[in-house]
Amino acid sequence: MSPPTIRSSQGNAASQTQGPQYAKVFVQRDYSDGTTVKFMTSFPQGLENKIERTVFEYTINQLNTYFAEAEKASCKTYCEGCFACFTVYTMFLCADTHYEKCLRKVGKFIVEQNEMVYLPRGLLLTNPAERGLRIIEITMLDQPIVART
Amino acid sequence: MAKVTRKWEMFPGRNRFCCDGRLMMAPHAAVFYINVILIIGTSVLFFVFDCPYLSRRVTPVIPVISGVLFLFVIGSLFKTSFTDPGIIPRATDDEAAYIEKQVYISIPNNGGTPTIRPPPRTKEVVIKGNSIKLKYCVTCKIFRPPRASHCSLCNNCVENFDHHCPWVGNCVGRRNYRFFYMFIVCLSLLIIIVFIGAVLHLFYLSENRLMVDAISESPTSVIVVIITFFSCWSVIGLAGFHTFLAASNQTTNEDIKGSFASRTGRPNSNPYSRGNICANYCYVLCSPRPPSLLDRRGVVLSLTESKSTNKNQSRDTVISNKGFEVSDASVNQNGKTDTDEIQLHQYGSSSMLQPDSLDRNQHTFTTSMPSIHHSQNNHVHQSHIINGLYQKPPTSHSSILITSHNHYPTDYFLVPTNPNYFYASLPLRRDRASMYYSAVSRVPSYRCRNNQKLYYRHCREHGGGTSSTRMHLSNSIINNTS
Repeated sequence: MSPPTIRSSQGNAASQTQGPQYAKVFVQRDYSDGTTVKFMTSFPQGLENKIERTVFEYTINQLNTYFAEAEKASCKTYCEGCFACFTVYTMFLCADTHYEKCLRKVGKFIVEQNEMVYLPRGLLLTNPAERGLRIIEITMLDQPIVART
Repeated sequence: MAKVTRKWEMFPGRNRFCCDGRLMMAPHAAVFYINVILIIGTSVLFFVFDCPYLSRRVTPVIPVISGVLFLFVIGSLFKTSFTDPGIIPRATDDEAAYIEKQVYISIPNNGGTPTIRPPPRTKEVVIKGNSIKLKYCVTCKIFRPPRASHCSLCNNCVENFDHHCPWVGNCVGRRNYRFFYMFIVCLSLLIIIVFIGAVLHLFYLSENRLMVDAISESPTSVIVVIITFFSCWSVIGLAGFHTFLAASNQTTNEDIKGSFASRTGRPNSNPYSRGNICANYCYVLCSPRPPSLLDRRGVVLSLTESKSTNKNQSRDTVISNKGFEVSDASVNQNGKTDTDEIQLHQYGSSSMLQPDSLDRNQHTFTTSMPSIHHSQNNHVHQSHIINGLYQKPPTSHSSILITSHNHYPTDYFLVPTNPNYFYASLPLRRDRASMYYSAVSRVPSYRCRNNQKLYYRHCREHGGGTSSTRMHLSNSIINNTS
């Protein structure tokens, strides 16, 4: 019995209409390479016996690759930035930025991973873009907080 | 047709939104309007009164260049003002509780006595060999990422926070720094050209005449010269300063704090620098720009759903029910050792966290608060005898109800009457109850909806968390329970 169960989002009565609350595991950001988006690849304890280490690490590494691509300052992104500057940034009214394209790839990858890997194991990945790129939230769908004993 | 509630309406910061959340800017934008009027007014005076003469007499190049620059200035100014500067969304309550748990687990437990004082809320990370402290943001309930800072005016954490600029009416952060930089560079060029143009106009008019005659023929040029003369120093200085910052990949915030000052001995201790000046400059101005993380135009569903489902129920009944469910669950594990209780108690101080999602419920809760009395009577049949030991008659907020359980007379339950403060009712011994109280009474602020805006205020009854408040609370518990 761990302390977090007591939280149970009691006060959050209104949002409980969306369904029961589940135990969650959070993968934190790794800042060792600066402020670029990168997540910790260390295996969280809460996922022990729920998913294989290699599968989890593959997902995180893949996400890190996508984000590294998004944040990479290549010639293409410099051209994009300069061109946007000369058009007084009206260019972005009709074209997506490089970063947005990469985030869409991340979203697609997360949906795919959820379907193929995580949902069969009773887990759910949340797109880090929905959490401000701070964390990857992994919901354990087989552990509703109310049903703790 | 019900109105769709979008996420920007629930936004916890103080920003203002226009065009149904498409545009956002900081509160109190008076200086921004002055700025806009000053720029547009001066430019219009210049274009109307000076440019025709200049294009005839000198060269049409000056009006053309200044016209293009004017468009750039206005475009980048509005872009800076109306763009999300890189606000980091606040933590969801799950995440906040998780962070809180991590912090509390890390404190040593001095021989079984739980520490009431929260631990220092910093976390160290190593960035390219430099260790950097991440501070915990109490408002956003996150450890601020490196380079981020909390803007007290907008009440948000902003990524790569540069400064809050009242002239552009927004924070300047990662997402709009390049617009801001372009704005000040173009503005300084525009000011120089306008100044030169206006002076040339006066100079040519005063050929073979007195200066006074020239001034009386074109008084607007004098106004333009005065405005540009006085503003050019600060704007050009600012542009130079930001050029230096961009070339060294620093923010104003870091420069003011002296985060990477060379006093450490090493010539370049900025871990974010990319090596040379050009690389920094290009990176700051042309690196990929992340999209806004706020999802301002997203549709909120839970509010309307919860309103419709709870329409017929009294709000406080719902809350009390939930409180009792959890109490029952806790009673089941009542044979637990004291250490567990201590853990619960320690963890209990996470109730200081107020989840964002509660903001929207606040309204309902406060309105229903005064009817707590009736809800007690409803619950007598649930084999709970409620002593109803109040701190004071229930007020609109922070009233705490102490109940004792029938089967376990030594245990007291703290039942939340205001769910912003408690997530669960905990079984507590009498001494623990008072300690818990003192921990809970430190909750510094609460929120209310006032003209659809959220404000932080100090709770009058429990505010400040001073020792006198704690004494008052503990004494009253002891008096009530003994």
